Order: sequence, then C-alpha cells, then structure tokens
Amino acid sequence: MTETIVITSGKGGVGKTTTSASFAVGLARQGRKTAVIDFDVGLRNLDLIMGCERRVVFDFVNVIQGDCTLKQALIRDKRHDNLYVLAASQTRDKDALTHEGVERVLDELRDQGFDYVVCDSPAGIEKGAHLAMYFADRAIVVVNPEVSSVRDSDRILGLLASKTRRAERDQPAVGQHLLLTRYDPARVAGGDMLSVDDVNEILGIEILGVIPESQGVLSASNAGVPVILDEQSSAGQAYADAVARLLGEQRPMRFLNAPKKGLLNRMFGGG
Amino acid sequence: MSLFDFLRSRPKPSASIAKERLRIIVAQERAERAGPDYLPLLRRELLEVIRKYVNVNPDAVEVHVERDGSQEVLEMSVALPRNEPNR
Repeated sequence: MTETIVITSGKGGVGKTTTSASFAVGLARQGRKTAVIDFDVGLRNLDLIMGCERRVVFDFVNVIQGDCTLKQALIRDKRHDNLYVLAASQTRDKDALTHEGVERVLDELRDQGFDYVVCDSPAGIEKGAHLAMYFADRAIVVVNPEVSSVRDSDRILGLLASKTRRAERDQPAVGQHLLLTRYDPARVAGGDMLSVDDVNEILGIEILGVIPESQGVLSASNAGVPVILDEQSSAGQAYADAVARLLGEQRPMRFLNAPKKGLLNRMFGGG
Repeated sequence: MSLFDFLRSRPKPSASIAKERLRIIVAQERAERAGPDYLPLLRRELLEVIRKYVNVNPDAVEVHVERDGSQEVLEMSVALPRNEPNR
C-alpha cells in the first residue's frame, strides 16, 4: 500500500523542503520505495536540496500535461536507487497543477509499487498547498517555536481536518504530526523561546521530532546533500530519529537541552 | 549569562508572553472554524444595518452559534452605547 505524506506549514521558510528531502532519504534508507514531489510551482527548490538540479529534464507539470511519461520525469537519486524526485515546474502559470492531474500522478505512483510519496507543499494556503495536502494520508506540519509559525500551523491543522479527500469522504482523518525545527535549547532555557511542551500544549498535537538549530542544515543545502546524511550533525541525527518514529519505532527525544557551559564561559558570558 | 546579570532585574520571559497570546488566539480561531462559515458575513451585514440607526462600535455586535443538545441556537448580542440620545 502506498502512503502519501504531505510536508506542510502555512508559513514559509520554516524548513519544509529541508524536511521533505531528509524524510524522503530517511524512508528510502529504511528500504522503502519513495518518491518526493515538489508542489511549489514557479519556485522549484527541492531539486537543489536533493542535489539533482542539473538532471531535471521534465517536471511535474510536464507529466500532468502529457508532454512526457511519469517515468521520464522521475529523477532517480544518485545515492539511493529506491528514491525518486519529481521536480516542480518553473512555469509562472499557477493553475498548471490540476486536481485530476495530481490524482493521476499519485495513482500511477501507487500502481508502480511506491511505498511512500512525500509531497513538499509550498507555503501559504493557495492552490499548490491545497493540492499537496488534499490526497494525503498523513501530514507532517513543520513549525518553528515562534508565534506566527505556531498560529499558521493551527490554521493548517484546521484545513487538514476539513479540506482533504479523507475529510470529504468521511474516511479516517489525515494523521497529524508536528515537527519542531530550528529549536534552540539555550534560548528555551533562557525563557526567550517557546519550548516543545509549550508548542505541544498550544496545538494539542503529538510531536514527531525536534530538529535543533544547526550549522549542518546550511552546509547540507550548500552541498545538495540532505542533512539526514550528515550523521555528525545534530539536525541529521534528529531527522533520522523522527523518520524512525514515523515508522513506528520508539526513540527518546534528543538535543532538547543546551550543552553545559564551562565555568569560565559562564562567568564571562561567552557564546 | 555573565557575572553581573543578576544585578539587572529580569523582565518576564518573552516565551511565556508568546505562549499566553497564542493560547488565546488559537482558541478563538478554533471556535470560529467550528461555527458555520456564514457567521462573519452575517455579523458584518448586521453591523451595517444597526449602524443605520445607532452609532455602535465595530466590535459591539457578537454572533455565536451555541449547541444545545440536538439544537443549534443562533445567538446575537448588540452592545448599545451609553447616553446615546434618541435620533
């Protein structure tokens, strides 16, 4: 059975594409045949984060409009042969994605035996974001510990409960998970940042993972290597934990506490 | 935190302010979502009609749907300004 997972948030810049790339790689590394689709028509970026930007020949809209087959447009990942990327179109026509077209592509991926389809949603609540979530079985809502992101996430949770195929057909609800990113334990300890428990309490949704603020994320996007592959970085390890939890494994949360500072550091306020 | 930080009085941590504000706005927006989607428009039109006769504040009109067992009750309240002379 194919499971469709949307990575969404409402607010931009919180880490949807970083999360989509790392989850897709994580699922593939667990042996699942995975496709990751960029729904951000006009602002293609998943290809850069995945490091396959120079191999994009056909895109999502080309498939929908029948310019090529799905097989021709799927880019096989260089590092994992059970992982495929479908790039967004760079067209300025925001209506290029259609309901029927998206459904057809998802049905075809199911027929090809994919275990997971990860849908990287654009920011906002317009058509692209709507189509990315409409067919989802599960949703990972990416949220930063910051007021506007938390509020927008709640709006998205409301849409997931009403504007999806599962909701319209009275099927079991779309599974909802929160992924807290750019978490800075030192600022939480200082009372200047919402904590995991705060966000959990405000939104009332289970937290799938906490990704700490990490140098590794920028280095990874610079290099076009999803950060989950950087096993030295805290963000990479936290993503691997979150993917394992998504697959049903129990793993304790890590990186929730700031590293202890030395005495000198504390006295003179370094770092 | 440096050696002299304890000499300054610490203001209320901003995270707790954020949490309080979010708790309120999220609860309010969830309540709006739960109601029928014609409520905001109904409220606006009511306000326009009332303002033809009484000069009320934009937030003087409240419209709620309450569930009472199997019944739904549409509840409207209009706060009239004090000491407004009759026109």
